[in-house]
Amino acid sequence: MDAQAQVEAVYRHESRRVLATLIRLLGDIDLAEEAMHDAFRAAMEQWPQTGVPDQPRAWLVSAGRFKAIDGLRRRARFDASLAQIADTLYQQAEEGADEELEDDRLRLVFTCCHPALPADAQVALTLREVCDLTTEEIAGAFLATPSAIAQRIVRAKAKIRQARIPYRVPPREELPGRLDAVLHVVYLVFNEGYSASSGDSLTRKDLSGEAIRLGRLLVELLPDPETLGLLALMLLHESRRTARTDAEGNLVLLEKQDRSRWDRALIDEGTSLVQHIWNARRFGPYSLQASIAAVHAGASSARETDWQQIVAIYDVLLRADPSPVVELNRAAAIAMRDGPAEGVALIEPLLQHDALQRYAPAHSAHADLCRRLARYEQARRSYRRALELTSQAAQRRFLEQRLRELDSPVRE
Amino acid sequence: MKYVCLIYDEEKLFDDMPKDQFDAVMGEYFALSDALVESGQMVAAEALQPVNTATVVRVRNGRLSTTDGPYAETKEQLGGFYLIEAKDLDEAIRIAGRIPSARFGSVEVRPVMDCQRPD
Repeated sequence: MDAQAQVEAVYRHESRRVLATLIRLLGDIDLAEEAMHDAFRAAMEQWPQTGVPDQPRAWLVSAGRFKAIDGLRRRARFDASLAQIADTLYQQAEEGADEELEDDRLRLVFTCCHPALPADAQVALTLREVCDLTTEEIAGAFLATPSAIAQRIVRAKAKIRQARIPYRVPPREELPGRLDAVLHVVYLVFNEGYSASSGDSLTRKDLSGEAIRLGRLLVELLPDPETLGLLALMLLHESRRTARTDAEGNLVLLEKQDRSRWDRALIDEGTSLVQHIWNARRFGPYSLQASIAAVHAGASSARETDWQQIVAIYDVLLRADPSPVVELNRAAAIAMRDGPAEGVALIEPLLQHDALQRYAPAHSAHADLCRRLARYEQARRSYRRALELTSQAAQRRFLEQRLRELDSPVRE
Repeated sequence: MKYVCLIYDEEKLFDDMPKDQFDAVMGEYFALSDALVESGQMVAAEALQPVNTATVVRVRNGRLSTTDGPYAETKEQLGGFYLIEAKDLDEAIRIAGRIPSARFGSVEVRPVMDCQRPD
């Protein structure tokens, strides 16, 4: 591999960790971003001559740090207050005391998810700073314009700086209150990686991998049932990744998936976490969803699945964290247990719900049950409605395929 | 870093409070103020007279006008403030959480802008 390719590989794997450490060292997100880019630029110039250093990350952090100090000193001619900051940073760098055991990225996640920031800014900032999505990608994922996302990020960074939101993992006694936002954002990141909301590829494995890594760090930090639950849920979903699409990249529904392609190691890990949670007997929304995923993972086929148990867990989930989506999923499980007619009877009133009218999976689920009941005209209408609401290519192909099958019925 | 904690609560709630409860809350306020002086985090604190004592002043086109009443008609009114010294927002939030009115009303925490006259 030539030096340039190596720099690119280091960028892919290390840039976020370099950035997170630079933010801690420099105390400013914008300054750290600039420093990181300067450091990589320096690497591009030097590594082809000197070779890649043994510890590229340490090299980049150090280069970025001194680039930032140089930059501050240059600007200090126009703004005297920067001189002192530069001197302090230089002194700290000379002392070299930055042995930190905790992951700087975890620190960054807690900063990005600080409750003083608006919820939509928390997500945008985490995806931008922790996961390195571009503003365009974030905009695509959340159906917003890039300029709106950019604004959100700029305002959030300004608040972090002006209100001095600390860059740290909160102390243990404050963690429970701060964890909810973090778990939520980590799960959103996972989902964006697991079923990208738009674009050509069904999944973005790197995002899910990043979310799982963050989940593991959170578990180390705080083995709360919900933290364990979120990690278990992500592992159990991830275990099905390769079975979710066929050779052409088309979507394969859970009931049709080749379960021999599910990743056993991930299932075992996720299931044992769920067992651990059940032993502790404290449940929240994530641990309950993980429990449902574990029941699926333990079944050899859709038919063999313990739908009774799944419905029972949904009943608990509906009390713990009521939402129209949970009701929809519960109705789908009841359809599997009792038959499509029972499912349709539950889903139809739910479709009147504002929150579900624009939720493609609700229409798709309704369409599927209608199809199984031979109510083809209704099925067609609902598939079409789902199609209108879906911008993800693989999902669209799936829905279009279903519509074609309805027009020229090939029985299963 | 300085933060101002603006304390909003319903005056009526305090008006209607039985005397012993009112005294207990005021006791908490005094204790908090003492603790902040003790820890060196107190810069200033004042409680305000009720909103019916408020006057709103505006100058428009060089003409000064005054009107009565609070700036905004809301259920909760600005009742006082602490100006505190805290190392970051989390510390400021912790202090704000110790303000008794945080339990009945709300406390807005705002960083103070560093506005120095250029030399």
